[in-house]
Amino acid sequence: MVRRIDWITILLYGLLVFIGWINIYSTTLNEDFSSFLDFSTLYGKQLFFILLAFILAIGIFFVESTFFERFGSLLYIISLVLLLGLFLFGKTIGGAKSWYDLGIFNFQPSEFAKIATALALAKYLSDIQTDIRRVKHQWYAILIILIPAILILPQPDPGSSLVYFALFFVLFREGLPIIYLGLALILIMIFIFTLMYGVVWVGIGLGLLTSLVFLFKRPTVKIPTRPLLIFIVSCLLISLSVRFVYNEVFEQRHRNRFDLWLRIEKDERKLNEIRKTIGYNTFQAEKAIESGGLTGKGFLEGTRTKGDFVPEQHTDYIFSSLGEEWGFLGTGFVILVYTLLFLRLLQLAERQKRDFSRMYGYGVISILFIHYFVNIGMVIGLLPTVGIPLPFFSYGGSGIIFFTALLFIFLNLDANRLKEGIF
Amino acid sequence: MKKLLLFSIVIFVGVVFVGRLSYMQLFSFSTNQVLDDPAIKTVYDYPERGYVYDRNGELLVGNQPAYDVMVIPRETKSLDTLEFCNLLGLTKGEFLTKMKRARKYSTRLPSVLVGQLSKADYASLQEKMRKYTGFYIQKRSLRDYDTNSGANVLGYISEVNETDLRNNPYYTSGELIGRTGIEKQYEEVLRGRKGVKYIQKDRFNRVIGSYKDGKLDTLPKLGKEIHITIDKHLQEYGENLMVGKRGGIVAIEPTSGEILAMISGPTYNPALLVGRERSKNYTKLHYDSIARPTWDRSILAEPSPGSPFKTLNALVALQEGVITPETKFTCYNGFFVGKHKRGCHCGGGVRDLNSGIFNSCNAYFAGTFRKIYGKYETTDEGQDVWEKHMKSFGLGNYLGVDLPTGRPGRIPSKEYYDRAYGDGRWVSSFIISNSIGQGEVAATPIQLANMTAAIANKGWYYTPHIIKSIGNSGAIDPQYTERHYTTIDREHFTPVIESMANVYKYGTAKYIRIPDIEIAGKTGTVENYTIIDGKKTQLTDHSLFVAFAPVNKPKIAVAVYIEHGYYGSRYAGHIASLLIEKYLKGEITRTDLEKRMLEKTLEKEYAKPLSGEPFKINEYVW
Repeated sequence: MVRRIDWITILLYGLLVFIGWINIYSTTLNEDFSSFLDFSTLYGKQLFFILLAFILAIGIFFVESTFFERFGSLLYIISLVLLLGLFLFGKTIGGAKSWYDLGIFNFQPSEFAKIATALALAKYLSDIQTDIRRVKHQWYAILIILIPAILILPQPDPGSSLVYFALFFVLFREGLPIIYLGLALILIMIFIFTLMYGVVWVGIGLGLLTSLVFLFKRPTVKIPTRPLLIFIVSCLLISLSVRFVYNEVFEQRHRNRFDLWLRIEKDERKLNEIRKTIGYNTFQAEKAIESGGLTGKGFLEGTRTKGDFVPEQHTDYIFSSLGEEWGFLGTGFVILVYTLLFLRLLQLAERQKRDFSRMYGYGVISILFIHYFVNIGMVIGLLPTVGIPLPFFSYGGSGIIFFTALLFIFLNLDANRLKEGIF
Repeated sequence: MKKLLLFSIVIFVGVVFVGRLSYMQLFSFSTNQVLDDPAIKTVYDYPERGYVYDRNGELLVGNQPAYDVMVIPRETKSLDTLEFCNLLGLTKGEFLTKMKRARKYSTRLPSVLVGQLSKADYASLQEKMRKYTGFYIQKRSLRDYDTNSGANVLGYISEVNETDLRNNPYYTSGELIGRTGIEKQYEEVLRGRKGVKYIQKDRFNRVIGSYKDGKLDTLPKLGKEIHITIDKHLQEYGENLMVGKRGGIVAIEPTSGEILAMISGPTYNPALLVGRERSKNYTKLHYDSIARPTWDRSILAEPSPGSPFKTLNALVALQEGVITPETKFTCYNGFFVGKHKRGCHCGGGVRDLNSGIFNSCNAYFAGTFRKIYGKYETTDEGQDVWEKHMKSFGLGNYLGVDLPTGRPGRIPSKEYYDRAYGDGRWVSSFIISNSIGQGEVAATPIQLANMTAAIANKGWYYTPHIIKSIGNSGAIDPQYTERHYTTIDREHFTPVIESMANVYKYGTAKYIRIPDIEIAGKTGTVENYTIIDGKKTQLTDHSLFVAFAPVNKPKIAVAVYIEHGYYGSRYAGHIASLLIEKYLKGEITRTDLEKRMLEKTLEKEYAKPLSGEPFKINEYVW
């Protein structure tokens, strides 16, 4: 079995963990250094958790590979119970009631639930009786994703909630029509364009687009008029309602993030004000990355990192100190490693004989990818601020342990891909 | 398709991320980041601003220390407020509001509590200051003037504004920059170069240490002292004479082009624009739109040059060969332009060059002027020649003085008249007023002084300048050591200078002769108009005078322009002769004349057009 373990993935994983820890070391280092495993320091703690994660990873290979398929549903139900339990026994850290206090360390069930949901979804979809083309089954699958997401939302932890939506990629892979993705994208675009340019311009744009379609279509192609009309009208209705949702449903802090992200606020002075207050993190992070240049300022030489100017720079904003100290070469390399990791995992998923393994593999990729996409996108100013960590990179015990578990369960399945399942 | 979806998204996102990062880190990256990095505090070490000395090495501008009481709010401890307030000369209320403001600005950064204490206050405060933690005294350097004069030449410095910050990356907020005069012109020489220290800080603004162990730090470079060509005593004396009068005076050393004095009246004490009262004083001076004390008349006023301009017309006519010194014109107490008679004050009779100049005969110069144009087939040609000669005296264009302001004056070209009358629709009789320095010609006092210097030198001049030497090396801009030649041959100057000397011997200035100094000069009485209630109204003539002395070996050339001073020999003539005597002899022998000039003012004259009542001009009260 050891020969079938995918060492490429483990190499890429190890690289990310290593680079991540180096940056955590740089951001949390203070003058009185004693040892790397100094438990009073954050880098020391993180190193301990990394070692723990390695042990866990090895342990996972000793688990019978069918265990995960068999107990997927059970784990899912346990995680739901744990999420519900948070409402009663949860401990509040950083404004979110998403932790259990276990004495030695704090346990975050939403991390655990990610694994459980990926397993449960794979199990449900791989069931012989499930047909993804049936709308009813589509709804069941979507429910599996939505229930934990909805339970996490009021903690409040919208970032983690968002992660579950990535599991839709599993559904798309298994045959959910991609048109849904297109519709979701259109919805997001209407939302953004309405905020940026107003309803009138969205209307004009839609009109132009439709006329372009008619202009350049082949004469033989007939476009059904009524669905098109319904589509346009509903687009306009959505556009009209955007303002309402934005002003009434969103809170000011959310609006501020959008105002900054989309540069909706045109007044340069107010924009600067936002930059210095709510946009402070992003602004400082961007400045820190920019100041890195091509080669960076060097390890432990980042002035902004040293001055601790970017809040949360060892957790969600870890990428900014990478950018400052290692420059474009560093950031480019890390992006490359992530991309290679995802592509390798995709390759592994596709070579699975068992549907369950493939589906779980897709779940793993989706969850890792959405973290990577949202986190880096936020730090480099492409996306609004959403607080989720960078997998394998950010400081946090729960994070490193569960991401490792998530990944290595799949590596276990992959290593045992030639075994016939016995049920 | 479904297998490719996530694959292509992963690739796409990777490309977008790398694209964005390369934009951020490769294109937005600038090496100047040290300055806007919040983690690096830049501390400047300001060198002392250079001193300014006059031509004889006498100090004009130095520096004085000023003391600010600073406070870092969060370092303060409870203190005996009453005692401390007494010490600072504040009421308790003032003290509390100031503390509140300081705390609002920053609790960690220093704020000024009491600004610019005098040396005496500082001495009494200094020893007791130790008792009050969180407060300290910071020394600053302010300009200190060793003279009450020369505000227009010396200029002033003030804090940089946003435009300066945008235009010149050297400055940072709160620094000082030369605004006018030599402070502006020689800003970079005087200010030196500030030293820079970079200090690494954390986000609580606490100092962690020196950035990169001080590898990037620089030492301050001292500002250089400069010597200017102004004669401190002459300048002060001239300003005393100008009390109660408006106008400009410029005195030049003809052999070097050095400006000996540059006086604008009314003026102000340069010390007014330093220290605690600065902004109050500045507002008062700046908004006095009637007397305009900040408007340097010596270099910005552009009156018609009047009769002194006649000497140039005489030179041009001699150069063109249309007259000889013996050529005669008859004055009928005026002259005729077509059927219209234009007046003359010279008394009438037959005039040659000599009596034409010393009696300032308008008819003689009208005749001369016509002859110049008569030499050429077309008026256009005549105008070109005339313009060329006139401009060779530094008229009609910026002189290039090393001061940040200036005006070109005006020597009209043929194009100028084509615009006014139409192409080819004007002849010399249209512009006959130019012959006597009225009409369309205009010149600043410094141009008139330079013109006089050129006559004194018999045909050449150095561009007038204010800088004598910079630092120890002494080198100044080579453009000020290069001779400019006029288009008039040297021999033609002799009869004109002789006639100008006769102005003092027999002519319009015979009452203001200086014993044992031979002066050549020319009076000017310039008609001028203003608009009152939409009506063009004539005001009392401007009094003008140009002179140089001694005639044989000129040491000083001076132009005096007194607004509404009436006859040229009155105010301008008197002041010019007093200045020349003062400069050449160092003392005044004609004390009654001096007393009269120091005491007389023209305020009554200046009040006339503003009174709203009808008034008489050119009154013979004296």
